[in-house]
Amino acid sequence: MKRQFKDGLIGNNPVLVQLLGMCSTMAITTTLFNGIGMGVSVLVILTCSNIVIALLRKLIPAKIRIACYIVVIAGFVTMVDLLLQAFLPALSASLGVFIPLIVVNCIILARAESFASKNSVLASAVDGVAQGIGYTAVLVVMCVIRELLGNGTFGGGLIGPGGAGIRIIPADYSALLVILPFGGFITLGCLIALMQWALKKSAAKAGGSKGAEK
Amino acid sequence: MSFSGILSIALGAILIENFIYIKFLGICPFMGVSKKMDTATGMGLAVIFVMGLASVFCWIVNRYLLVPLGLEYMQTVAYILVIAALVQFVEMFLQKSVPSLYQALGIYLPLITTNCAVLGVALLNTQYGYGFVESVVYGITGGVGFLIAIVLFASVRERLELTAEYPEAFEGFPIALISAGLVALAFMGFSGLKIS
Repeated sequence: MKRQFKDGLIGNNPVLVQLLGMCSTMAITTTLFNGIGMGVSVLVILTCSNIVIALLRKLIPAKIRIACYIVVIAGFVTMVDLLLQAFLPALSASLGVFIPLIVVNCIILARAESFASKNSVLASAVDGVAQGIGYTAVLVVMCVIRELLGNGTFGGGLIGPGGAGIRIIPADYSALLVILPFGGFITLGCLIALMQWALKKSAAKAGGSKGAEK
Repeated sequence: MSFSGILSIALGAILIENFIYIKFLGICPFMGVSKKMDTATGMGLAVIFVMGLASVFCWIVNRYLLVPLGLEYMQTVAYILVIAALVQFVEMFLQKSVPSLYQALGIYLPLITTNCAVLGVALLNTQYGYGFVESVVYGITGGVGFLIAIVLFASVRERLELTAEYPEAFEGFPIALISAGLVALAFMGFSGLKIS
């Protein structure tokens, strides 16, 4: 179980290593509030759909399994969408169309297909939580970087007067470009490059020590 | 619906609010199949076709099924089912009657079900309150925007493979994202464009 969490966060991170769920990762990471809201929504939906699909894995015929998974996922997405509209209308408004679009977020379908359809309910639930945390972590990192460089603040929508966040860089020196779509591509590109570099380095280290043992 | 209104929807969907570079919809297939020019073109054409059809059918389902029954909250579920069924039917139809086109699009068709640009266009049509003609125009031109984006990017990527030099860690995906970012920057230049 501990390994599952480590995999979800680093070794097999859904965004940085499996390269899934790009659209939402780049589109909504402009304030910390958005990032945490989206991350937690996906975590909840992923865990619930993993549990249900693991429960039904022996009943679903192989030929129409993708359609069945999508219906299960769409059901949970609708629930989360309605709950957000009722209790967190600000978040619902700022995430907009990306909440219903969680249905086609490849992370959820990929975990259903590659994990929940082959493993027990408990393992699938843990997998959902672990992968969800991995996704949320990436979103939070992206948000902090983009908000800091693009807007000069930290924690927008969550803390500070009127949810404006804490100003770290004076307004005159922030680069609005980083908040715009361009910044999304560049930030994610650099993060994935960093991840590839780190994974290669740790693999080389492990390989090197093995070589020395021989 | 006036001609200039339609033109402004079309121009908006293709350039100003490009689905890939500005709205961030459909990034997965955009990154996945943009390595070669011909596959990128095939995917782009398939997306135009499915986005147009999806706009038509989702509009009909929403107008004549969901709204009269007061089931608007089932929108997401209904739309994704319509799109999945549509893609399946298009695949079967092409396989039987236009085998050459089926061969060309073959592997991309099933992928389109999980392309968020398709579900996105259906949801946006409803959100913007578009009528039938507007929805169809928005769907098709949104697909054209996708085609332009993916073809442009495929040609950038082909050169990237051959000539560019970059740090080793950026190999593969990261450098593709960075180049996409630069193209997105160029697309921002269209944001001032408007038809009144």
